[in-house]
Amino acid sequence: MDILKLISDISKVDPEVYDRLDSRRRVFKSLGGVGKTVAAAAVPGFLSSMFSKAYGQTGALPQGIADILNFALKLEYLEYYFYKKGVATSGLIPAGPGLTALTQIRDDEQKHIAALRGVLGSQAIAELPESAFDFTGSKGGTRAPLFADVYSNYQTLLAVAQSLEDTGVRAYKGGAAGLMANDTILTAALNIHSVEARHASHLRTMRRGGPTVAGAGTGASPKSWISGTDGGGAAPAATAAIYGAGNPAASFPAESNVTQGGVNLQTALASFNFPAAAFSEAFDEPLDSATVTAIALNFVVGNTL
Amino acid sequence: MSNIQHNGSDEAEFAKPLYTPIKRRSFFMYAGATAGATALLLSGCDDDDDNNPVGMVDVGSGDPGVLNYAYALEQLEAAFYTTLRTGTYYTGLAAGSAEKSALDDLYYHEVIHRELFKTALGSGAIKGLEVDFSNIDFNARTSASGSSKLGVLDAAKAFEDLGVAAYNGAGKYITSADYLTLAGKIVSVEARHAALIRDLISNGTFVGSDVIDGNALERSKEPSEVVATANAFLKDGSKLNVSNIK
Repeated sequence: MDILKLISDISKVDPEVYDRLDSRRRVFKSLGGVGKTVAAAAVPGFLSSMFSKAYGQTGALPQGIADILNFALKLEYLEYYFYKKGVATSGLIPAGPGLTALTQIRDDEQKHIAALRGVLGSQAIAELPESAFDFTGSKGGTRAPLFADVYSNYQTLLAVAQSLEDTGVRAYKGGAAGLMANDTILTAALNIHSVEARHASHLRTMRRGGPTVAGAGTGASPKSWISGTDGGGAAPAATAAIYGAGNPAASFPAESNVTQGGVNLQTALASFNFPAAAFSEAFDEPLDSATVTAIALNFVVGNTL
Repeated sequence: MSNIQHNGSDEAEFAKPLYTPIKRRSFFMYAGATAGATALLLSGCDDDDDNNPVGMVDVGSGDPGVLNYAYALEQLEAAFYTTLRTGTYYTGLAAGSAEKSALDDLYYHEVIHRELFKTALGSGAIKGLEVDFSNIDFNARTSASGSSKLGVLDAAKAFEDLGVAAYNGAGKYITSADYLTLAGKIVSVEARHAALIRDLISNGTFVGSDVIDGNALERSKEPSEVVATANAFLKDGSKLNVSNIK
């Protein structure tokens, strides 16, 4: 445990860390006291509380950052309750790798909720109840369901799971730039984003029959990454928007986009003779919160998320 | 730890500089003098500014430094997937098999990433790096029992997990929102790669405690940690110095 290196690292991302830890003087007095009276093993706990004070109680997060994190939090609730019910439904998920994976993903989402609530503190939204969601897509029975058999047909469950994870990846990516003012929070969000992508990859692998099966890139045989617009996803009538363009499309292009940094890569790298799909597969695309909300509302009872 | 203390007699002296902002480095010099724990502090302090050991490739500073850092890692990954295509493990894979199509896609994706950074950096790009894959057995799927060399999938897993941790850890050093978003577009694809490679080695290992922490957050890595691993796969003269990314 190298406290000074830790603080030094934090100072790189938050030049005001010393002010936050202010009074610096008191902190180091405290460290001295801790060293005298408490075993070294207890110091991480002390540090944790020190930083929690520094970051948790020195004032509210800027509204823009809190809004982005609360939006992410809502999506994590959406995902968590989806898996919670799936895992709890007897006879739905085959015992073995399927159940293990979906349980792992459920637990990860629950931890993401806790992590986001921890960062937001008192600025977090109220806990969302399970009853806020309807994963058949019938919006509480007020319209025809999109996925009537989501909790009786394992393949439908996986199809919705993939859809939610791919949406989550795009949502975090779309929110990242709005977190740049706080490096600690940005890094935390990035560290959730890549876990969502790992989930998405595995669910796609599961849907096509496991890692020993090659993906076709569409429909029921997705690759582990998004190829073009993925043929509209797992259930195109309901999921095409997940792979389409957001608003504005210039900033949030469809997943089939092949222009990065102003360069049409398919054209610029034509001499490599790579398959056309590779140029879109190599990049995931961000999505704006309004478009993500519209997608998520398919699984929400009522008209607000 | 217990050495970081001071007694009441130097209280006034200790407090004095705290009335004014302290620059980081002088702060540590000061703390070092006070703490009497010089060894601990030396091990913890930053590298000196602007040092570039002879023969290392300095990726630079600011956003171009981060982009060159990413370019270097993509060069390494692309070289790996290019080289494996000549090994008997890959050449023995059946056409259309899951592993062949996955390794083909990863080759395409990483070369595209490399070329994007090369194009974006233009004349500011670092040189093409010379790789050293002598610790990888391109004829083996995974490390053979008793072998000190990585198999193809072991190495792929190492590179993909490292790439994810590297992009996540470098995000905070990027000042341009456009570049941050670009890095985000790439890192999630690297995470998708990592998950599949891990599943190919052992189905269900797409996340694990080696890559995520107790809060289910990916374990991101500082550039200095990343190059400590990456440099083992680069020849002398191509090893990376990332000390100016800060």
